[in-house]
Amino acid sequence: MNRQIQFDVNQVNIKTEGRLSRPSVVARNRQNRLARRTFFVVTLLPMILIAAITLMLIVRSWPILSAFSPRDLFLGSTWRPDRGLFGFWPYITGTFWVTAVGVLLAVPPCLLTALYLSEYSQSFTRSIAKPILDLLAAIPPVVYGVWGLIAIVPFVEDVLAPLSRRWLNFIPIFAVNQPTGFSIVAGGIVLAVMIAPLIISVVYEILRTVPNDLRHASLALGATQWQTIRQVVIPRVIPGMVAAIVLAASRALGETMAVLMVVGNVARVPQSIFDAAYPLPALIANNYGDMMSIPLYDAALLCAALILLVVILVFNILSTLVLQRMLGKNWT
Amino acid sequence: MDTHIRVRNLNAFYGKQQALKEVNLEIPKKQVTVIMGPSGCGKSTLLKTFNRFLELTDGTRISGEVLVDEQDIYASNVDVTEVRKRVGLLAQRPSPLPMSIYENVAYGMHIHQMHKDRVSYKQAVRHYLEIAGLWDEVGKRLHDPATSLSIGQQQRLCLARGLAVEPEIILGDEPTSALDPLSAQNVERRLLDLKEQYTIVIVTHTLRQAKRLADYVIYMYLGEVVEAGPAHGVFNNPQHERTRAYLEGQF
Amino acid sequence: MMRKRWRRRHMIEAFFKGLMAVSFLVVAGGLGAILWTILVKGLPALTWDMITQVPQGGFYLGKGGGVLNAILGSLYLAGGGTLLALIFSLPIALYLETYLGDSDWGRYVRLSLDVLWGIPTIVYGVFGFIIMLAIGLRASLLAGIVVLSLVELPIMVRAMDEVIRRMPVDLEQAALALGSTKLEVAMRVVTRQMLPGMITAILLAFGRGIGDAASVLFTAGYTDRIPTSLLQPTASLPLAVFFQLGTPYPVVQQRGYASALILTIIVLIISIGSRLISARLNKYTVK
Repeated sequence: MNRQIQFDVNQVNIKTEGRLSRPSVVARNRQNRLARRTFFVVTLLPMILIAAITLMLIVRSWPILSAFSPRDLFLGSTWRPDRGLFGFWPYITGTFWVTAVGVLLAVPPCLLTALYLSEYSQSFTRSIAKPILDLLAAIPPVVYGVWGLIAIVPFVEDVLAPLSRRWLNFIPIFAVNQPTGFSIVAGGIVLAVMIAPLIISVVYEILRTVPNDLRHASLALGATQWQTIRQVVIPRVIPGMVAAIVLAASRALGETMAVLMVVGNVARVPQSIFDAAYPLPALIANNYGDMMSIPLYDAALLCAALILLVVILVFNILSTLVLQRMLGKNWT
Repeated sequence: MDTHIRVRNLNAFYGKQQALKEVNLEIPKKQVTVIMGPSGCGKSTLLKTFNRFLELTDGTRISGEVLVDEQDIYASNVDVTEVRKRVGLLAQRPSPLPMSIYENVAYGMHIHQMHKDRVSYKQAVRHYLEIAGLWDEVGKRLHDPATSLSIGQQQRLCLARGLAVEPEIILGDEPTSALDPLSAQNVERRLLDLKEQYTIVIVTHTLRQAKRLADYVIYMYLGEVVEAGPAHGVFNNPQHERTRAYLEGQF
Repeated sequence: MMRKRWRRRHMIEAFFKGLMAVSFLVVAGGLGAILWTILVKGLPALTWDMITQVPQGGFYLGKGGGVLNAILGSLYLAGGGTLLALIFSLPIALYLETYLGDSDWGRYVRLSLDVLWGIPTIVYGVFGFIIMLAIGLRASLLAGIVVLSLVELPIMVRAMDEVIRRMPVDLEQAALALGSTKLEVAMRVVTRQMLPGMITAILLAFGRGIGDAASVLFTAGYTDRIPTSLLQPTASLPLAVFFQLGTPYPVVQQRGYASALILTIIVLIISIGSRLISARLNKYTVK
């Protein structure tokens, strides 16, 4: 049974068969499809951006990548751009040391805090913890740097270093070899505070994914809360915790400003946490001005950025994949 | 009647809302007591006061006394983990711990360090799995994950696990409502067998289950105990109007 | 018989519980310590001049002036960057939720956004710098705005995505049942329910943008003047702090602390303000 209705609305012919279809509906559907296509294109943006950044860094650091062997570049220790010598090793190790100290300092207290908030605390405590963590996360890096300058560097110089010199000097990584507080440990402390909110909130979310039924099952048997946490809750979330730590490490690797202000910026392969160091982000930030004046310097700095990017991308992707799977919809 | 649990002037609050009002009752030893009543009448709340599970929820408060063998379990010098060891709970939805079948049953025993060596642990695990009627089905695959069991088997596993800590009282919060009829029947049979050794208190919202299992009945309505007494008395000759109405299926 | 006995496992629990509480207090106290330090060090030098004047001659040697150039510069940069990011973030977030939901493509997009979020801002700065060179743009407000918008994009989309995901499904379905197309649902119903969350997301991104130095370091340049056009370079508060602290003159360093305090106050206002606004607007949202 065919019923053909023809409307002439705004010179648009609309033929419908079999059912009534108002022109406004058709127009709205067309609008829908157009918007859908536009929106879809927009969602390509993030991926395009990642590809663009990576590609650009590779292309622009190609001159130096092709001029030297990876061994000379990455393991070499001499950095004299004016002589055309680019050895990244001091910067790579400096980055590693500061990040490692920061992560090691941050992880134990943050795990404990997250456990406390998830398993023990009242909702009141949690309701004041959230704003505190949000505020900590909102503080600009340069302000952390200023705090580091005012509070941490003197602390290292006047308290930690003397203590270490007195009791731990026989252990090489705690040896005090320079008189100032501008050191890896200062950078590590500042980094630790900066990544703390991230670790705490992610680990908290992970712990929340463990169903309460499991906790109750253990408690009903007469286990203490700590026994329950240790034997039932934590084993389930270990991959997530590792992923959270890796994620925090990737954040710490890239932090430029705050670390730059307290770490001393001395390009030597570190021997102790009380040494000064020169992480890759600081290298880039401090020298971009001279970039264009010396041949290959720009490629070198971009190569530094490339190294950073690659390591961070790997850490980031792996940890995000794990966390996305664990947290599903609750990814904060 | 030998009283195992005695409740005196118990009131329970969720924040401002009162869930239990002046509850006074006695639960007899080594019998199956069924707490029944319409939804929201406070049966689960009452049950949770027996093993101090109510306090796991934020903002809850109780006043009054709950005495097990004439000792107030809410007294300030009481160890709550001891209470929970003596008063076991079988929950509505089976929640196997994320471990193997063996480890599930052994978990409680390890927590309380109840045995001396490997061998006695293994024997105990076997013993309780047999009581729960699971040994034949899982004896050969004790190290498989507990989650690989069917839901009926999981509930029996939870039963074995709960029995392994040697409680005196077993609480059941609608323990068969999540199971298929065959498994439900199985669990009910186990519980009836167990009443010779343990005091059993079950919450149910099905009248028929209450009739099948109960030696002693408590009927609750809107947070109050309306009637309590031996099963055949309450079912055949209820004293209160409300009880009669409930039994006749009015709500 | 059920008396509390100080068994080993109870002592272990008490120990760890204590450790946990201490950790929590340390973290909470850390915030207090940081804010207190900045306040104490920065307040003395926080004069009216600092916030109303631009640097006069010899400012970095100790002479007169203020950091108005940096304050306004930062506001312009972050404001422009946030606006630009918003233009792209809103469609992405809406599309993600309305059409993609839990599809595979949606997961890839979300993964990309998370990866972008993790890329350090200095890499964005370098990227921006290269593009600038390639198209012949000099260090300017415009370049800074573009780079900041890139930095803020993942933050904003993620926050918006969170808001949209929290939306009750029934709301969408009720609207669809009335005969709306998916687009209409997106534009009319969804956006209104999400308003408070959206504002929070925008302010969150703004707050991060205004505080970042590494991205504007290469791209926005620095100047003692207040920019009057998009093509002029501009100062920013983080860099102002950095430069002032880098001089050997105590007077200038003090002003650096004051500048840091100004920046902190701005960020605090935004943070607390967004909380208040969302609490107020949450009146109408369906929970």
